[in-house]
Amino acid sequence: MNEENFQPVGDRFPPTRRSVIEAVGSTDAEERERALDRLCAAYWRPIYKYIRLHWNRPAEEAQDLTQGFFVEVLERELLRKFDSKKARLRTYLRVCVDSFVSNEDKAGRRQKRGGNVAHVALDFAAAEEELGRAAMDPAAIPSPESLEEFFEKEWLRSLFSLAVKELRELCNARQREKTFRLFEAYDLDGLEKISYEQLAKDYAIAVTDVTNSLAWARREFRRIALERLRELSGSDEEFQREARATFGGKTK
Amino acid sequence: MKFLSDRAVERLREAAEIPDLTGTRYRLLEHVARGGMGIVYAAEDEKLERRVALKVLDVPSANADVANRLIREALVLARLEHPGIVPVHDVGTLSDGRVFYTMKFVQGQRLDQYVDTVPSATERLRLFLRVCDAVGFAHAHGVLHRDLKPANIMVGSFGEVLVMDWGLAKLLRGDASDKPLMVDPEATILEKPKNASDTTSTGGSRVVTGHGTVMGTPGYMSPEQARGDVEHLDARSDIFSLGALLRFVLTQNPLGPATAAQKQHMDKALEAICSKAAAPDPGGRYSTVSELALDVSRYLDGMAVAAHRESLFEKLARFYRRYRFFILLIAAYLLMRVLILLFMHR
Repeated sequence: MNEENFQPVGDRFPPTRRSVIEAVGSTDAEERERALDRLCAAYWRPIYKYIRLHWNRPAEEAQDLTQGFFVEVLERELLRKFDSKKARLRTYLRVCVDSFVSNEDKAGRRQKRGGNVAHVALDFAAAEEELGRAAMDPAAIPSPESLEEFFEKEWLRSLFSLAVKELRELCNARQREKTFRLFEAYDLDGLEKISYEQLAKDYAIAVTDVTNSLAWARREFRRIALERLRELSGSDEEFQREARATFGGKTK
Repeated sequence: MKFLSDRAVERLREAAEIPDLTGTRYRLLEHVARGGMGIVYAAEDEKLERRVALKVLDVPSANADVANRLIREALVLARLEHPGIVPVHDVGTLSDGRVFYTMKFVQGQRLDQYVDTVPSATERLRLFLRVCDAVGFAHAHGVLHRDLKPANIMVGSFGEVLVMDWGLAKLLRGDASDKPLMVDPEATILEKPKNASDTTSTGGSRVVTGHGTVMGTPGYMSPEQARGDVEHLDARSDIFSLGALLRFVLTQNPLGPATAAQKQHMDKALEAICSKAAAPDPGGRYSTVSELALDVSRYLDGMAVAAHRESLFEKLARFYRRYRFFILLIAAYLLMRVLILLFMHR
């Protein structure tokens, strides 16, 4: 056996899209905009929910602050100050949110923002519904540790939701809708796990087809989630750490 | 966008973690353990129809050079063919980009659990000598373990002793025959930590540097390793760990006996061996594992050990212990003669 038999691991992944942290500071306006869209897509929900719960703000004000925060990120070039050696991006952003909301309070600003900071549709109504569904009580999360945990949990949910959305698009593009439905039934639904045999029966396919389809979907899901994660990391070290935390054990 | 419940998030995480063994000769059986650098599963090698342990790195490396180096070093590890070192069977890359390797599936007990079942100090020392044998072999082949501790030693169901978890191992520069073996700071074998700390059941916790390289386990880690002085690590760093391991084997405490019960297997010579092996200054330690093993063997044979200068009383005591049978035989003979003489003079 020799090392020529092996594919370098890194080659298995498509070329990395530039980290949003670098791209947000780009001189190219289009690139900057795209980066902010991606950052916004991954973080707006956790940030909105965090402002709602931690800062105990009514929905309308939280919406305004969430949008305002992303304007602040762009205008004050907050990501330029981010050092991945000192903190994780989401911890940094959470601290920035705290500081932003606090400053807004001090300045007594309540300006209505246009909501067009990014081209991502911020579905606040859905976020509100999610908050209601999760039935989270601010009094139940009193300590800073639990708030951090809450923010991280919401961030992970957001990352996985985006990856699932992309996976669905990929399945549609490749005429693998049935694969996505299998993945949805087996891995996404909160019901008790159904067996591969049952799925094979429901979809009138062989059990091996279920196995292969789920293996493909999981592999693609993982690849997409890691790609997204890489984009949202400031350095390779941070990405490695984040990927381990995301796929290796409990969120913390 | 579909809302993912907490349960769905956990299931996705679990689902994404399951290694995709498509295209390999292995079939996943069950999750066994999670280590510092990945997850260990029991798998079936479908070609050879045997159970193997399959270790999957949990994250693909972003850098192909790093990945190649890790694989190259895994191959070096696989060349350590010794009955005391868990053999690596196969190494490769899964279709999802994760590096994996398979090794012998060891069924048995960890040393920290097993040692409780061995009341005899002699048996414990013989067990320790087998660990020394494996570590000495690795050193001779230019590999430093760097994380020797009871949790990483397995005693198989037939009493075989296996040194496990070479995840922190370092390749040593040079050749064992002439000059001291020095660590190549760039050569880490298949290692990147998952978490900042990984508490083990033996009470140790792995220490991680700011750069993310796991260095070892407090209590068993040499001072130079704890300082992160990677460039100057050599075989004596493992010898420090072996000293702590010897103390643990004899007293259940790597730092030495704290209670009277812990002292029962420890005498001055053994204490001196432990102290010399685990000396804070590398210069004060045994320079090779063979030297340490030789001292332990000499102790087992009732001979003077190099680590301890004996007093006359100790020499006599050791002489007595070594030749107790003959001394008692002669004493019995002399006593008989005295008794016979006394009887005849009555």
